[in-house]
Amino acid sequence: MGVIDPRQAAPIGPGPEQDAILKAVGDEITNRGFVIASADKLFNWARSGSLWPMTFGLACCAVEMMHSAASRYDMDRYGMLFRPSPRQSDVMIVAGTLTNKMAPALRRVYDQMPEPRWVLSMGSCANGGGYYHYSYAVVRGCDRIVPVDVYVPGCPPTAEALIYGLLQLQKKIRRTATIARG
Amino acid sequence: MPAITAVAGCQSCPSGGIGNQDMTDAANTEAETAGGDAPLHDMLDHLQQLVGGSILASKVVQGQIVIEVAVGSIKQTLVALRDDQHAAFNQMSDLTAVDYPERPDRFEMIYQLLSMKNNMRLRVCSAVGEGQAVPSMTAVYAAANWAEREVWDMFGIFFAGHPDLRRLLTDYGFEGHPLRKDFPLTGHVEVRYDDTQRRVVNEPVSLVQEFRDFDFLSPWEGMQAQIPGDEKAGKDE
Repeated sequence: MGVIDPRQAAPIGPGPEQDAILKAVGDEITNRGFVIASADKLFNWARSGSLWPMTFGLACCAVEMMHSAASRYDMDRYGMLFRPSPRQSDVMIVAGTLTNKMAPALRRVYDQMPEPRWVLSMGSCANGGGYYHYSYAVVRGCDRIVPVDVYVPGCPPTAEALIYGLLQLQKKIRRTATIARG
Repeated sequence: MPAITAVAGCQSCPSGGIGNQDMTDAANTEAETAGGDAPLHDMLDHLQQLVGGSILASKVVQGQIVIEVAVGSIKQTLVALRDDQHAAFNQMSDLTAVDYPERPDRFEMIYQLLSMKNNMRLRVCSAVGEGQAVPSMTAVYAAANWAEREVWDMFGIFFAGHPDLRRLLTDYGFEGHPLRKDFPLTGHVEVRYDDTQRRVVNEPVSLVQEFRDFDFLSPWEGMQAQIPGDEKAGKDE
């Protein structure tokens, strides 16, 4: 996540500009002992900076998902750590063909995830049935079972595509008003 | 998962169903002229002595013996093939079935056996009618257990004496047998999460767009159309 320019809502890379902001915040803490920030933005920053995906690999897409987590693309850099338990995860990556028999299990895992939670549908099969759209055994899109936030197209999508989808999800979270006004 | 041999009849079954005798002969002569099939023919002679009474037809296809037996004599044939010291077909690599709706006995059971001792494979075929029970081979080959469950699931062939004949692959409560040729591609039900019932429910299939088959030039369907630029092909035959 790093430092984000509130005016442009874009990350500021390492350099004198970033150093200036960090120094200003540091000075604030040393001088006054606290900093003031918008709670909304702080929550969204924290949430989008530690998206822990639920490991839900169903087919070949899972291999690309592993690639995105492995050393070359390293999802770790964005604070994304795969969790083996739904109770510890924030986002579920539905990676692969969702069959009718698997659908109740997928829904159960989704129900076990604590709020706030997000779903990323990865690949043609999860998006809309894909190659198996007319099959007797495949769900025609995982959005029939769980609400989906981001769809990543591809068969399978590359590791880069999945990372891009996750960055889009971060963007979506940052835009969300956490504290709704009545 | 058993591969489903959905090709021409002569491939899997020696008698080839209806009127494929010419092809059987052709396959035999081809195999003989090819040479190197002597062990196969020795084995075939041995099998004729061993279980000759049960063999309805036999041939050698692509370096592999194929024999056809009646449903009633599957068990005794396989036991004999397994226990014989010389043949020693003591491993079942696969067990599957094929649906030929045009045949009087629409299904064909196929047992793929392997003899490690002879480095030789053997295919045993048997025609099975709809509703006809096949004796379970779980007592002969333990590998038959789940394979028979899958065949039951996919084709609806009942195995008499199977210890646990449940569906293997399809959804709980699934109706129909998907690999039968008369089973519709899209099936009968689809699933959806119902917010009011808070569970995944089954519903009759409703497709926004029907399945469209663009594979009209498939050689498997008998290529009818002339491919542009390919006019000369087939003229010599």
